[in-house]
Amino acid sequence: MADPILRLERLSKHFGALRVTNELSLDVERGEVHAIIGPNGAGKTTLISQISGALAPDHGSIVFDGRDVTGLSMAQRARAGLARSFQITTILPNFTVLDNVALAVQARQGHSFRFVRAVNRDRSLTDAAAAHLETVGLLERAGTRAGSLSHGEKRSLELAIALATRPKLLLLDEPMAGTGREETERLVAVLKRLASDYTMILVEHDMDAVFALADRISVLVYGEVIATGAPEAIRENQKVRQAYLGEEA
Amino acid sequence: MAKTASPATPSTAPRPSRILEGTWIPLVVFAILAVMPAVSVALDDSFLTLFVIRVMIFAIAAVSLDLILGYGALISFGHAAFLGIGAYGIGILSAEGTDEGLIAVPVALVAAGLFALVTGAISLKTRGVYFIMITLAFAQMAYYTTTSLSAYGGDDGLTIWSRTEFLGHAILDDRTTFYYVTFACLLGAYLLCRMIVASRFGRVLTGAKQSEVRLQAVGIDPYGYRLVAYVISAMLCALAGVLLANQTEFVSPAYMGWHRSGDLIVMVVLGGMGTLHGAIIGAAAYLVLEEVLQDFTEHWRLIFGPILVLVVLFGHGGIVRLLSILSGGRNRG
Ligand SMILES: Nc1ncnc2c1ncn2[C@@H]1O[C@H](COP(=O)(O)OP(=O)(O)OP(=O)(O)O)[C@@H](O)[C@H]1O
Ligand SMILES: [Mg+2]
Repeated sequence: MADPILRLERLSKHFGALRVTNELSLDVERGEVHAIIGPNGAGKTTLISQISGALAPDHGSIVFDGRDVTGLSMAQRARAGLARSFQITTILPNFTVLDNVALAVQARQGHSFRFVRAVNRDRSLTDAAAAHLETVGLLERAGTRAGSLSHGEKRSLELAIALATRPKLLLLDEPMAGTGREETERLVAVLKRLASDYTMILVEHDMDAVFALADRISVLVYGEVIATGAPEAIRENQKVRQAYLGEEA
Repeated sequence: MAKTASPATPSTAPRPSRILEGTWIPLVVFAILAVMPAVSVALDDSFLTLFVIRVMIFAIAAVSLDLILGYGALISFGHAAFLGIGAYGIGILSAEGTDEGLIAVPVALVAAGLFALVTGAISLKTRGVYFIMITLAFAQMAYYTTTSLSAYGGDDGLTIWSRTEFLGHAILDDRTTFYYVTFACLLGAYLLCRMIVASRFGRVLTGAKQSEVRLQAVGIDPYGYRLVAYVISAMLCALAGVLLANQTEFVSPAYMGWHRSGDLIVMVVLGGMGTLHGAIIGAAAYLVLEEVLQDFTEHWRLIFGPILVLVVLFGHGGIVRLLSILSGGRNRG
């Protein structure tokens, strides 16, 4: 259990009187898919935001890949290998699907103070971007304006963008949110394939997806992890059944 | 520097007509500008050459503004300051006895660049209305600074007794040469901006305009890119100022007044933001309208205002958009 990719130590975040993250400590091991589940408003997105750097915790620390990143900006953490997909789709609507991914490839290749060469003729960008689109099954939509994709396709694009940064840890905030049954199954299959190459934190409400993908599950309720363990253990856990799974039905 | 679509997959390959659709407007614009001195000779109208020089000078300023306004969504309401700094650079150096362009022009551009670096570093920490207000405030500071330069004419402005020379040659004294120097500057500025917006740098600029968070999330902090774009834009605008000072043989604080900054924004919006050649057409349309309406009434702005409102409300995309619709191009949003 030594050398986790991510270690959260006594992380806390308040919004006014509301404690959204409460002295939360958590380790994510290299290579695992770590699902975080919990009822609406439990603080899952807030936690992801603190890990990715979009929100600063009130106190506590975030150690990523052996380095304290608590004070780093979101862009710095992204460059260090933390990639995030957003619960609320965040893409560049006026770029093509391909260009959305190419921008992430470009970011990965170093600074962008390059003024001369035309980006759309740069095969090192377009080829890599196309490969990531293929991974998520969106290649035939490469030339489409991203803003005119269907909701499900936008979710896939989010994933392709995150992959293009070649992250050491993928933070996925409800990647299946709002997608249809078929689309969800397709995304689960994609994530299943990716799971052998990537470490992931997966926030998800769809329990079938969670149990299909997760190596370990943490249950978050009122900003606290009430249980962490293998899927079977979580399924049997009495506290969890009361606090969360019971509400499902 | 034609703008082509991504070549990566078959579905994105542009049809030849679509490629032409994007480039015919700037080609026509520059072709017309190239033959204008000949037309003016044929019509025996010497005013025409002078007028088109003025159009091209403001077109350079408008193109420079479009780089940050149209592609970066940075509404600089103080862009005339850079025009003024360029003009004052020439005026002050000339007053001090330096007419050599190889010295004066770089000094004027670098001065504007430094002013942009300092004011941009602060302004770009803000967004939206605050950015508009703070760029306006910095430009007004520059304005009042020039009014207090009593050694260089203060409020009254400064007459330039001899135009900028190059290696001792007073080439700008010849009207046709001046015309083609200005033409070359405009073409150069246009092609430079075209290249920039098609580059990696340009993609960051246009991406940041759509979603700052998205760029942060892939590891790009837009601030530095915006600042560099701001400085480039300022230096190009100062080039317009250099030419303006030479054409009018005069500089005054009015060159950097807030209404001048407003004029530049109007030119860009009128022509079509985020196209670059739209800025050229907008500058031409603005100055022609001004010229025509001025003959009717001194309250020409009363007529001009409503025209502008109509363009903004109904002509989304400006004149350029109108042209491509009229020429049968597809309505692209
Ligand atoms: N910026 C904010 N200011 C104030 N309160 C906030 C803010 N962001 C979130 N909250 C509140 O914090 C709580 C946790 O929100 P969060 O979005 O983290 O929950 P979640 O677990 O992701 O929920 P969901 O499953 O609905 O996505 C909620 O009660 C929410 O209203
Ligand atoms: Mg959430």
